Amino acid sequence: MRALIEKAAGMLRRGEISSVELTKAYIEEIKKGRAYNAYVFETFDTALEAAREADRRIAAGDAGILCGIPFALKDNICTDGVETTCCSKILSGFRPYYSATVYEKLLSCGAVLLGKTNMDEFAMGSTSETSCHGAPLNPRDTGRVTGGSSGGSAAAVAAHLAAFALGSDTGGSVRQPAAFCGTVGFKPSYGAVSRYGLIAYASSLDQIGPLTSSVSDAAIVFDAIRGKDSRDLTSKDIFFGKTNLTGDVRGLRIGYVKEYFDGLDPEISGAIDTAIKAYVKAGAEVVKLSVPELPATLPVYYIIACAEASSNLGRYDGIRYGARCKNYTDVDDLITRTRSEGFGKEVQKRIMLGTYVLSSGYYDAYYKKACEMRSRIRTRFDSVFSSCDVLFAPVAPSCAFPLGYAAKNAMDTYKSDLYTVPVNIAGLPSVSLPCGATKDGLPIGMQIIGNRFDDERVLSVAYYMEREHVFDLEEVEGGGAL
Amino acid sequence: MKEMVAGLEIHVELSTKSKIFCACSTAFGAKPNTHCCPVCTGQPGALPVLNKAVVEYAVRAGLALNSRINTRTHLDRKNYFYPDLPKAYQISQYDEPLCEGGYIELDSGKKIRLKRIHIEEDAGKLVHEKGFTYIDYNRGGVPLIEIVSLPDISSSAEAREFVEKMQLIMRYIGVSDCKMQEGSLRCDVNISVKEGDGPLNIHTEIKNLNSVSFMCEAMDFEFSRQCDVLAAGGKVEKATLRFDTSTGETYPMRTKEDENDYRYFPEPDVPVIEIEPSLLEGIKDSLPELPSIKINRYINDFGIKAQNAELVCRYHKVAAFVEGAIAEGASPKNAVNFTLGTIFSTLGTEEGKELFEIKTTASQFAALIKLLDTGKINSSMASSALVKMLDTGKDFTEFIKADDMHGISEGDLIDICRKVVEENAGTVGEIKGGKTKAMGALLGAVARATKGKADMKKAEEIVKELISV
Repeated sequence: MRALIEKAAGMLRRGEISSVELTKAYIEEIKKGRAYNAYVFETFDTALEAAREADRRIAAGDAGILCGIPFALKDNICTDGVETTCCSKILSGFRPYYSATVYEKLLSCGAVLLGKTNMDEFAMGSTSETSCHGAPLNPRDTGRVTGGSSGGSAAAVAAHLAAFALGSDTGGSVRQPAAFCGTVGFKPSYGAVSRYGLIAYASSLDQIGPLTSSVSDAAIVFDAIRGKDSRDLTSKDIFFGKTNLTGDVRGLRIGYVKEYFDGLDPEISGAIDTAIKAYVKAGAEVVKLSVPELPATLPVYYIIACAEASSNLGRYDGIRYGARCKNYTDVDDLITRTRSEGFGKEVQKRIMLGTYVLSSGYYDAYYKKACEMRSRIRTRFDSVFSSCDVLFAPVAPSCAFPLGYAAKNAMDTYKSDLYTVPVNIAGLPSVSLPCGATKDGLPIGMQIIGNRFDDERVLSVAYYMEREHVFDLEEVEGGGAL
Repeated sequence: MKEMVAGLEIHVELSTKSKIFCACSTAFGAKPNTHCCPVCTGQPGALPVLNKAVVEYAVRAGLALNSRINTRTHLDRKNYFYPDLPKAYQISQYDEPLCEGGYIELDSGKKIRLKRIHIEEDAGKLVHEKGFTYIDYNRGGVPLIEIVSLPDISSSAEAREFVEKMQLIMRYIGVSDCKMQEGSLRCDVNISVKEGDGPLNIHTEIKNLNSVSFMCEAMDFEFSRQCDVLAAGGKVEKATLRFDTSTGETYPMRTKEDENDYRYFPEPDVPVIEIEPSLLEGIKDSLPELPSIKINRYINDFGIKAQNAELVCRYHKVAAFVEGAIAEGASPKNAVNFTLGTIFSTLGTEEGKELFEIKTTASQFAALIKLLDTGKINSSMASSALVKMLDTGKDFTEFIKADDMHGISEGDLIDICRKVVEENAGTVGEIKGGKTKAMGALLGAVARATKGKADMKKAEEIVKELISV
């Protein structure tokens, strides 16, 4: 793992490279790497313009660390004047006339947008294969998926087609593709980053987070996008001092929740165990814990996420924006046809599921019960974090699936979300980072999960891996624009 | 014996400056789709930000209607597809309304109980023109309160009184102008028939009544329709109806309203609403005297006739003006009479009275009324001066000269009257003979003799006593 942003920022500051040169280099990489299908919209012209402006700011001494740094945004983050479609036919051609708060923040830092990245349609999926633009390919093995739903962002970072990218994580959509592609993916505490301008999948679970080449990069980007936003009532200011990424782990209490490891692929648990041993050697202790509700988080997640999605996606009716069906007899027909033609199969499946669990007669048995279970899970995690500081856990039960696997194994694919969804249900921060590689050289990720609003500690603990080179995927792989 | 059993659902648009979840203006009558933004048109990624004033206005309404305020409450999504509803859900309240209970007391003393009051957002408006349907989202996101009564209403007259009393209260407390013609107050009626001590029959719902008279017509028509159905041995069917104002009849709506499953669930984008005790107390303290209490005070403390008290108190600003004058020493009776007479005749319309934009201040008015109270001028002088004051905004001193002001003492007036009676023995004879109209001639003579300064009512009393009729 390399501190890419810091390195690039240093070069820019010292005049060793200009933002225009850096941006052009990335554009070349993107052009060469189009086979990865990481980007669905490229904004090269405006990127060069932004890079020139960034160079002026750098020359004037008015530049922060992200000024002039090229980045990519997941296609569900609204960008004024730039297509934002959630990789869905139903939003084809949609150009918002407003920007997401995170995008505005990055623009004001002087960061340079290269384009919008591929994703599962409306962020619903674990492989990015439900995108209407086709799946992005995993740069580590192009016969495999990137993971999802922020697969394009993960591929862009892994293939060095952007210095960093933003994704969104509703049930693991930042962390799992980061693990599959061998990058760092950080899912902040719910509320730490404004959701304004993030096209909603499941509002109470969605959270924007960075995908980066290193933990220190993730901290830099997180610090730039976090904070209370008057346009998002669920957002908060949390304590975060990125300079405190000491990587000091003496006295750290690592929680080891046995349910995370029950029946886990030994190659994956072995990689995590190796990491834990390194921490223990540095002075951390391991606390064995149990979260009996863990298996239940999966149905809770699918009920709540689909219920909210069925409501959030109601607005795509072909009347105000996006695609509209060609022939219709009346307004009901217009809405029905537009939605039937515009949404892909997976999205329709989840809308139907969500509609079902909210229907009168079924509400109590599904949605209400799931909400009750959600508060039990939250309480359980509260007590877990009274006896430890962080949890170490797997990100997924396997490495990146082969392309096409998910379509044939839908249930297994849903089940693979088990390791990532508890964090969303409880609103916790979690970073996914590479901790090993399989014998085939595919990256293995692990999560470091913290208590709500303990984002700084999560990143600081993860930073130890980086500082001490506990595991460095670059030693296995190498390469990159810099 | 068949009895009407009805309950009302009233939507009142709150008069906050901005919408419930964004900063767009709520003003009525703007060019279509000019009071719009990503939030109120449901653009992807936009999020609602609750306007705190909406909660405060609704709490005000709840307190004025004697409701309990839930100090911890939340919003819910009501999901359905309709082109005027840009998010395909309306943010409303389902199982935890802001206010519960409460009542409005009718003049008869009967209390119409309220079930609940909740806050929600209004939808846009469909405009059908030349075979096309256009959508205006200006109204989308305008804050509403929905006031739901229990089925305590047993006639259209009670319904009328209920709505009118409620309108008045809303205006008094400044939460809504309740202009039905602008759609800022809309009614749905639930109505059924009860026969003697028998069970309640199935009810029907008449939707979207936008004037009090149409509401009454619709209720009367629907009541007799249901009575006819029952009398013919039939059963009333549960239905959602619309009222056709041209035929005066109710018809089933073509939409499948009843079959809608709104799939309510808590709104995840807006955190739980908590109302601090200090805010609640502040709102309580800021509530003005409510109309029913004010009317009683006019009758009991000021000695004003009930009918006049109601006429004044129907308009918040008028009552404030009258009370201002009384506070400056004007007599309540003259202040009320001149307001209802001279001032009202210059205002004309209901709206004019509601706005009550006059040039004369309460204290200018009080100064004039005090002259009348002390007998320094008579009522016709007061009236003509008041007309000029209202016209110019100037003090009475501009129109009434010092020597006009010396009125006539009661002793002098008796002397003058006695003299007139003595000099007009013939006329007196005619009056005594039953020709009461001739009294006018005697009083005319008194007026001339006093140069118009006399209180003619007093003069008439004196003359009548002198000639003992």
